[in-house]
Amino acid sequence: MISTRVSARTARRTRKIVLNCAGLLVAVVTLFPIFWMVATAFKPSQEIYSLTPSLLPSHPTIGNFRQVIGGQASGIGTVWLFFRNSLAVTLVAVLISSLVSLLASVAVARFSFRFRTTFLIMLLIVQMLPGQALIIALFREFDQLNLLQNLLGLIVVYAAQALPVSIWMLRNFVATVPRDLEEAAAIDGASALKIFWRILFPLVAPGLVATSIFAFITAYNEFIVALTFLGQAHSSYTLPIYVTYFFGRGGAEWGPIMAASTMYTIPVVIFFLIIRRRLVGGLVAGAVKG
Amino acid sequence: MADTAVQLSVTGTRAPGRGGDRGARWGTFVRRHRIAPYLLLVPALGGIALVYLWPLAQMVLFSFQNYGLPQITGTSPVQWVGFGNFTATFADPEFWLSLRITVLFAAVVVPLTLVAGTLVGLLLNRLGRKMSAFVSTAALLAWATPPVSGSVLFYWLFNPDGGLVDWTLGKMPHWLVGSTDWAGYNWTTTGALPAYTVLTVLVVWTSFPFIAVSTLAGLKTVPAELYEAAWIDGAGPWRVFWRITFPLLKPIFLVLLLLSVIWDFNIFTQSYLLFGGLANRNEFNLGLYIYDKAFTFPPSYGLGGALAIIFTLILLIVTVGYVRSSVRQGALA
Repeated sequence: MISTRVSARTARRTRKIVLNCAGLLVAVVTLFPIFWMVATAFKPSQEIYSLTPSLLPSHPTIGNFRQVIGGQASGIGTVWLFFRNSLAVTLVAVLISSLVSLLASVAVARFSFRFRTTFLIMLLIVQMLPGQALIIALFREFDQLNLLQNLLGLIVVYAAQALPVSIWMLRNFVATVPRDLEEAAAIDGASALKIFWRILFPLVAPGLVATSIFAFITAYNEFIVALTFLGQAHSSYTLPIYVTYFFGRGGAEWGPIMAASTMYTIPVVIFFLIIRRRLVGGLVAGAVKG
Repeated sequence: MADTAVQLSVTGTRAPGRGGDRGARWGTFVRRHRIAPYLLLVPALGGIALVYLWPLAQMVLFSFQNYGLPQITGTSPVQWVGFGNFTATFADPEFWLSLRITVLFAAVVVPLTLVAGTLVGLLLNRLGRKMSAFVSTAALLAWATPPVSGSVLFYWLFNPDGGLVDWTLGKMPHWLVGSTDWAGYNWTTTGALPAYTVLTVLVVWTSFPFIAVSTLAGLKTVPAELYEAAWIDGAGPWRVFWRITFPLLKPIFLVLLLLSVIWDFNIFTQSYLLFGGLANRNEFNLGLYIYDKAFTFPPSYGLGGALAIIFTLILLIVTVGYVRSSVRQGALA
């Protein structure tokens, strides 16, 4: 009796050790590339190109970061310029798209009207359209609008591209706000605007934050539109185009490149950590329900 | 606009007094004709039309026109050419090569990602709280890495000049890694197979976390009694997975499968960066092929349009599956 209990406990302990080892392995394999990016960013160039690469920089340096910040690394400007471009584009785009998609999601969640289902199905299909397939027409359209080599064009595209997913996610949040609240406020004589700001908006705010961050990440990462639109307008480059700009030139300097892409990566990683719990919900919520 | 925007279907909401008489009349008009939802939708529809619907319509037009360099510069008029762009595309062996590469790539990467992601999801579910948080944070970091950073980073890892992978393979015994001279092996320009090996590793690395976290979210909804009953009946982990977990999580797996197919078909940023832009034609997938046709000199919007239509139709078949499964699960309610 006792011996079987002991062996069961050993079995459980062994299983736990095996599982933890597997977990550790997954974590190490997953983290390694990121670790290597950061490690390379802190290595002086003789260590980067040494015949026997070392795991950690033996003489860590911030020289690579200094080159990226000083602008010598790329020759087209300091990294802060591109940070500013990226932040301006994404923040304005997210602000616009949040507002627009909040209005649309109120329509979808609060009203029943003709074409409602059509509109929802269109949202689903539209977000699946391959970007490379539309980029030609988009390029020509924005060329005619004179919005190609500047940030305004990107703002418009990113704001609009975020709409389908944002509306899709937000309408669930709007739907959970009880109508009684609005009706009670209306009976008390609150104006529609007041109802919106005082009741609906605060209750939907968490959803708005989640969709905003989602839109932010998408816009911050966007590559193909920026690549096609910006061309040689160096001063308008966003971070991803900047990182690929000096990566694309011959004789790549891996130290500064890794420093630049580390700096580019950090904000998104922080955002992901903030919203980690909400990330999955949006896309799989429908599936879990079933 | 803002006044009408917030009528909120509340029956009997009194028209806001702001703006005086005209405002009130406008409010009555909006309510009587039930146009509030349409007004709320106008900005969103405008945006979607601007970046999706109008470009899509344009691409359809281009695909039936001889829209090339002379037409872009305006030296000769645009003419209708019927299905000329489509027949030209189907006659181009490079198109078939890129299509084959795209399909093969998806056929390899989708199952790899799904299996790896599901395994990690199952693992996360069995781990203790601290370990599970640690592993999922690690996965989150890979997931959060922007495509551009990931591509640049893997290009460096697999670089023939000082890259870590070549160095490691060079140090390994020949019986294990073959007799290739790994030191200085160029993964990204030697041919489609090594290039897509790197792309596969990169894409699996970035996309398995999403599958894992989604699977984990699904697993949390499975009642524990089901598993206990199965254990008592002496079912092994393999049987438990196929008899209990899989049927219950089938809706999630279906969505994940469709999304993965769409994402892996659409891959552009990573292939563009890893394969050195548009330099290696024998390594093109459909995305690179379209981009090349449209923007490499001499540009042809006509061919690009035809390709975009073909590409969209292929993806639409998959999307229909996605939409249908969403509708069936009541996502439109």
